[in-house]
Amino acid sequence: MKLEIRGLTKRFGSFTANDQIDLTIEPGEIHCLLGENGAGKSTLMNMLYGLLEPTEGELLIDGEPVTFESPGDAIAAGIGMVHQHFMLIPVFTVAENVMLGREQTRGLGFLNRAAAAKLVRELSTTYRLAVDPNALVEEIPVGVQQRVEIIKALANHAKVLILDEPTAVLTPQEIDELMGIMRELKKQGTSIIFITHKLREVKAIGDRISVIRRGKVVGTADPSASEAELAEMMVGRSVKLTVDKQAPTVGAPVLEVKNVTVVDPRGVQVVKDVSFEARAGEVLGIAGVQGNGQTELIKSLLGLVKPDAGEITIEGKDIRKHGPRESLAEGIGYIPEDRSHDGYVGAFSVRENLVLDLYRNEEFSRGLALRLDALEQNAAQRIEEFDIRTESMESAVSALSGGNQQKVVVAREFSRQLKVLIASQPTRGVDVGSIEFIHKRIIAERDKGTAVVIVSTELDEIFALSDRIAVMYDGRIVGTVTPDIAREDIGLMMAGAHGPAEAAEATA
Amino acid sequence: MSTEPKTQVTPEPEQEQPAPTGKAQPARRPMAAADWLPTVKTTLAAIVLALLIGAVLIALSSRDVIESLPYFFSYPWDFFSRAGDAIGTSYWALITGSVGSAHAVGTTLVRSAPLICAGLGVTLAFRAGLFNIGAQGQLVLGALAAGYVGFTWDLPPGLHLLVALVAGILGGALWGGIAGVLKARTGAHEVITTIMLNYLAAAVLIYALGKNAFQRPGSDNTQSPPVFDSATFPTIGNLHLGVVVAFLAAGLVWWILNRSTLGFELRAVGANPDASRTAGMNVPAVYTTAMVVAGGLAGLAATMGILGHHDSLSPTMAGSIGFDAITVALLGRATPLGTVLAGLLFGALSVGGVAMQASAASTPKELTEVLQALIVLFVAAPALIQGMLRMKSTDENKTVMAKGWGG
Repeated sequence: MKLEIRGLTKRFGSFTANDQIDLTIEPGEIHCLLGENGAGKSTLMNMLYGLLEPTEGELLIDGEPVTFESPGDAIAAGIGMVHQHFMLIPVFTVAENVMLGREQTRGLGFLNRAAAAKLVRELSTTYRLAVDPNALVEEIPVGVQQRVEIIKALANHAKVLILDEPTAVLTPQEIDELMGIMRELKKQGTSIIFITHKLREVKAIGDRISVIRRGKVVGTADPSASEAELAEMMVGRSVKLTVDKQAPTVGAPVLEVKNVTVVDPRGVQVVKDVSFEARAGEVLGIAGVQGNGQTELIKSLLGLVKPDAGEITIEGKDIRKHGPRESLAEGIGYIPEDRSHDGYVGAFSVRENLVLDLYRNEEFSRGLALRLDALEQNAAQRIEEFDIRTESMESAVSALSGGNQQKVVVAREFSRQLKVLIASQPTRGVDVGSIEFIHKRIIAERDKGTAVVIVSTELDEIFALSDRIAVMYDGRIVGTVTPDIAREDIGLMMAGAHGPAEAAEATA
Repeated sequence: MSTEPKTQVTPEPEQEQPAPTGKAQPARRPMAAADWLPTVKTTLAAIVLALLIGAVLIALSSRDVIESLPYFFSYPWDFFSRAGDAIGTSYWALITGSVGSAHAVGTTLVRSAPLICAGLGVTLAFRAGLFNIGAQGQLVLGALAAGYVGFTWDLPPGLHLLVALVAGILGGALWGGIAGVLKARTGAHEVITTIMLNYLAAAVLIYALGKNAFQRPGSDNTQSPPVFDSATFPTIGNLHLGVVVAFLAAGLVWWILNRSTLGFELRAVGANPDASRTAGMNVPAVYTTAMVVAGGLAGLAATMGILGHHDSLSPTMAGSIGFDAITVALLGRATPLGTVLAGLLFGALSVGGVAMQASAASTPKELTEVLQALIVLFVAAPALIQGMLRMKSTDENKTVMAKGWGG
């Protein structure tokens, strides 16, 4: 099936989200759509999937013009979509989720679960998508849940599959598996529209790459194009993909963590006997696949969860019993892993979010009264300094793009005198331009003599920033290495292949 | 919607430095016109629609109109003129009865004052993400405390009023605080605890009224004596000072919510408790404070009747003010100004309803309750109104509402 997009335009009021987009998806092609957050990729895909009505332009399938009033029409025409946030019912089994919406019955309204399971099994063998049809969705890992979404689309006879930022939620291993699945699908003749802003992935899998910027297709590239070229097309100016940094001037240990153990509410030990130290003027990267205890570890550093054993000290002072307020006052800057959940209040304005943990300071309040002029002055200053792109300081943070939301969080945390900066996934879901900016600021903070701890599942980020790398696996730090270690070695440590002993050898 | 295209996707740094002088201009206004205008429109539309439906009900409840129905097809004019008459008379009575004279305005203000106070309590809790169903119970406790101080203690005028007023506020605050502490300490859902506390408060009231301390001498009814004159609000005409206190309370709540660190915490916790905790806020303390202040406001509402109206304590004294307060807060979109306006509207409707019943059309005064219910129904379903009136969907639901059971 050949899908053509001709002059597709979408306007929201006076704002043009998509401007005269022309694209052709050939049968059996993996077509990458590359663009920053807010460039208009999702708008385009929502039009393709019948969720939005185009203002102008047309869609052609095999040369025939089509219009989609609803996703139902798009599905009937052979278009399938895997959303970034899965549309699965957690308490249903895989087979039940797949048959959802077109349930087969055995008369009298009894569901034909066996037929659904058979369908899932068939699809999973044909396309090599290993899934157990009878597993509950809530009990299978994210990567497998994504496969269920793909199977759902294939069960609807999708000929064009749209994958919206599919790798954002996956571990490196799962990304590799997904790429294998995509190749398999391609071999069987399914076209794939792969939406992402990650250059490495585009180069690894794409047949053709279309770059979208500010709602327009600014060019098509071959996967052989260099990452720098692609980034430049995407952002509209040349970007540095590596972080310029001098050798660190390492000072005394500031944050010392000794034998910390955290037990989660279910009674499972998620952090096991972890010890490390973060030193002034140095970036310590904590690498690891998502869900290996990093989240709980850094939460325990701020006092959001209480460690069950061990010691945490800042400049020799015990902060183990501190709550978040005391820890922040002690000089910890904290950029949480999930910014919309823990980092900002979406309904609050940029101005208010910029003082979310500072409003108590004398600078911003006198007794009970907030000093509005100080808040405004602070906001104007931070917006300029951190290049936060917002209509005004009164705009709700939830209305900003991901990169700018993160800049709000970063700007706030950097507006205090810090001893330790703890940043978890500081650039997740952030566009290339903002990544560059945030990385630069983190290094600048390091050079001011702050001890920096970066937790990231992106190896690129770990390598770009860290002066030392601690690798976490299954709640433990399995080794601490220097950034000149080979990517493969660290990947193996993250996968738990290296024990602590071998890791120690690697350091030596 | 902005009139200029969004600039956040433009990457050229040279021309796209957000000039703080131009775009990030300090905007002191709490909300821009674009924010509140659609809300006001929907609310006004809801009121108009409710009045239209009310008109049909008035026509159908008029005997003259009903009598004209059997010969409607031979002489329809009778039906229309009589219906028009009835509707006109009723609504005219509603208006003149509530705001037609200085006396009517005074009565409306006095009737609105407790609704405003209790509504403010619900509003404040809403903003902290708490659905305070317990205004009724808090009000009862406030009334007990204010009444007891008012008719037992013997204090000089002025001081007596002040002490009784504070006692009323503290009584409500205590009752609200219980729900707050339960929420903060144990996570008990405030909807359940406040409802249960309402029952408890009613029982406490009955129990207290059975004691000698609360019994009116020489009366067989379960009611207390009225408060001493030294503990009543000074009056001007049919107005009493409590009305002024109610409006001051509204100003204070506005200040707390929008200008104080406490309000900043309340709103932050209401909108995102996790981010608030991560930013170092003490979420349980905020929940407790919110419920204490909310209860205090409901207690203040109780003093309007007890200290302003010479009401005595009786099982029926609280009426349904505590529940109407929830509707008032909802109609006011959980803002202090909105709550005041909604309280005034409901006060006017209830005062005007009496005049309506006394008018030539003798429309039952229950109609005003139907009107209130319809207005709130339409406000609660903005999509319905927008569909009926072909208004542009605003897609905004900015008011922070309390969370459901999951939260």
